[in-house]
Amino acid sequence: MAYIPHTDEDVRAMLEAIGARDIDDLFDEIPAGLRIGSLDGVPPALSEMEVSRLMSDRAGRDGRPLNFIGAGAYEHHIPAPVWAITTRGEIYSAYTPYQAEASQGTLQGIYEYQTMMASLTGMEVSNASLYDGASGLAEACLMAIRAHRRSKSSRILVPRALNPAYRRCTEAIAGTQDLRLEEVSYDPKSGCTPLDALRPWEGQDITAVVLQQPNFFGQLEDVDGITDWARAQGALVIAVVNPTSLALLRPPGEWGEKGVDIACGEGQPLGVPLSSGGPYFGFLTTRMEHVRQMPGRIVGRTVDLDGRSGFTLTLQAREQHIRRGKATSNICTNQGLLMTAATIYMALLGPAGLERVASACMARTTELVEALTRVRGVRRAFDGPRFHEAVLQLDRPVQPVLAALAERGIVGGHDLGRDYPELGHALLVCATETRTREDIACYAAALADTLGRVAAA
Amino acid sequence: MSNVPGDLRFTKSHEWVRTLPDGSVEIGVTDHAQGALGDLVFVEVPEAGRQVRAGDAFAVVESVKAASDVYSPLGGEVLAGNDALAAQPELVNQDPYGQGWIARLKPATTAEVEALLDAAQYSEHLASEG
Repeated sequence: MAYIPHTDEDVRAMLEAIGARDIDDLFDEIPAGLRIGSLDGVPPALSEMEVSRLMSDRAGRDGRPLNFIGAGAYEHHIPAPVWAITTRGEIYSAYTPYQAEASQGTLQGIYEYQTMMASLTGMEVSNASLYDGASGLAEACLMAIRAHRRSKSSRILVPRALNPAYRRCTEAIAGTQDLRLEEVSYDPKSGCTPLDALRPWEGQDITAVVLQQPNFFGQLEDVDGITDWARAQGALVIAVVNPTSLALLRPPGEWGEKGVDIACGEGQPLGVPLSSGGPYFGFLTTRMEHVRQMPGRIVGRTVDLDGRSGFTLTLQAREQHIRRGKATSNICTNQGLLMTAATIYMALLGPAGLERVASACMARTTELVEALTRVRGVRRAFDGPRFHEAVLQLDRPVQPVLAALAERGIVGGHDLGRDYPELGHALLVCATETRTREDIACYAAALADTLGRVAAA
Repeated sequence: MSNVPGDLRFTKSHEWVRTLPDGSVEIGVTDHAQGALGDLVFVEVPEAGRQVRAGDAFAVVESVKAASDVYSPLGGEVLAGNDALAAQPELVNQDPYGQGWIARLKPATTAEVEALLDAAQYSEHLASEG
C-alpha cells in the first residue's frame, strides 16, 4: 500500500468541504483547560544521523550484562529465522487487518497460533492474543465473572505466590468493576499454596480461583488438588502458566479431574526478546462452553461458496464493533507481530525442541542454585520441586549486593524485599538455556567475593 | 407479513407474553424479531431465581451477524430459562411462539400484563415501523 501524505492543498480542500477553518477547529470539543497549548517542552527535531548516534550511545550504557533475572520475562535463545521471517513485509504488522478476510495469510497465521496455544495448554479454544500476561489475567478474571452467572460474589482468590505485577495490573484494570481479589497465603517452607490455606473459604460463594504454575517463586503448586478443591466449591479455575514449562508439565486442561476453565499467561518466552520490558503478548485459552465470554479476536477455518478452504474471523458478536458497550472486552486487536514470532518459534522448535529448552532451563537452574548456595551466607528459601527459578536468602540486605554485582556486569536477580518483606533478604534467581556453566561459575565467584566485601546484617 | 397470534401480549421491542393457567407467563421474541435477526446461533437465557424489572435486559439472542438483548416485558421472578435453546437456538427461528420460548416468569403484578400491547396494537406498531 502506498503511503502518500496529504499536501497542504489536500488539507485545505478537505477542511473547506466540511466547513472548518483550520485543523484546530476539529479539536474544539476538547476543553481549553485540557489542551497542552504549546510544545515548548519538546526539543527541536534531530536528523536521522543524530538520532542513531544518540540511541546507540544510550543502548551502549546498558552494556551486555550477564543476566540471572526472570520474574516474569525470560531470556531465551531465539533462532535467527524467527525474526527474519516475522519482519518480512508481507506479515510485518501489529494488527489483525480491518478487512480481515482479504488477508488470508494473516488469518492463517493467527489460526496456526491458536491451534498451537490450545494444544500447548490442553484447552479447546484460543484467542488471537492479548497485550501481555498481566492484562491477560485481568481479562481472564473479568471473563470468569461473566461466565459464572450463578456466582454473585465476584470474589476471586489469588495466591500470594502469584506474580505481584499481575495482581496489581488485574486490580488496576478489573478492580473498578466490582471485582474483589482475596489473597491466599503460601507455606513458608515450600513456597507453595497449601490446600489448608484455602479452607477458610470452604462452602462460600467464590467466582474463581487463580493458580500460577510455576508460581512467582518458581515452585510447583499442587495444581490437581487446588483445581479439584475449587470445582468442589463451584468456582471456576484460572491458570496462569509459563508456556515454556508446558513442554514438561501437565497442561492446565488436564489439571485435576476436569481441567481448568481459563488458561492465560505471558507469551514472551516464545521467541520475543526482553527488549526493556515490551512489547510482549498475552495468551488466553478456554473451553468451548465459555467461548462466548472470551475476549479478543478468534479466527476460524471454513469453506467458501466453491468449497475451498479459507479462514475467517468468527464469533464476532462478542466484539465491540457489534456489541458496543456490552462487548466481552474492548481489545479487538492483538499483539499480532509478537504472536507471529511466537508461532514461527514454536513451529521451528516443535514439541521436542521446546521440551529440550525447558529441560535445559531446569538443569541450568539446578546448577545455579547448587553453585550459589555453596557460597557462605546464601541458602535456598524453599524445598520442593520448581521449574527454572528459585528464591535464595542472603545473610545481609540484597540491594547493596545486587549493586556490587551490577558493577561487575552481572544482573544477579530480582529483589523480593518490596513485595515479600516476610522473606527477609530474598532474591529470585533464574537461569535459562542461555546461561553456560562458565556463566554460573562466574556469578558464584562474583557473589562470594561480593559477600566478602559488603557488610553483613 | 409476520405472524401475530391473537391470544398473546406484545412489547414495542418485539417480545411476546403468554399468560399460563397458573398465573405465570411465558416470554419469547416475536416472529418479526426472529425474521429480522436472521438465523440464530446462540441464545443466553436467564437463570431461575433471578429477580427482574420490566425493561431489564434478561436474555441475549445472537445471530450470525448481530447480538441483541431481550428485555423482560414484566417485573418478577424468573422461574425457568428454556435450556433446550443451548443446543438448538434455531427453535427461536422455527417456532418463535412455541418451542422457541425464552423464559418463564412469575410476574410481580398482573397489572403489567394488561398494560402490554394486544395483537392489533402490535400489528399497528409493526406497520408504523415499516
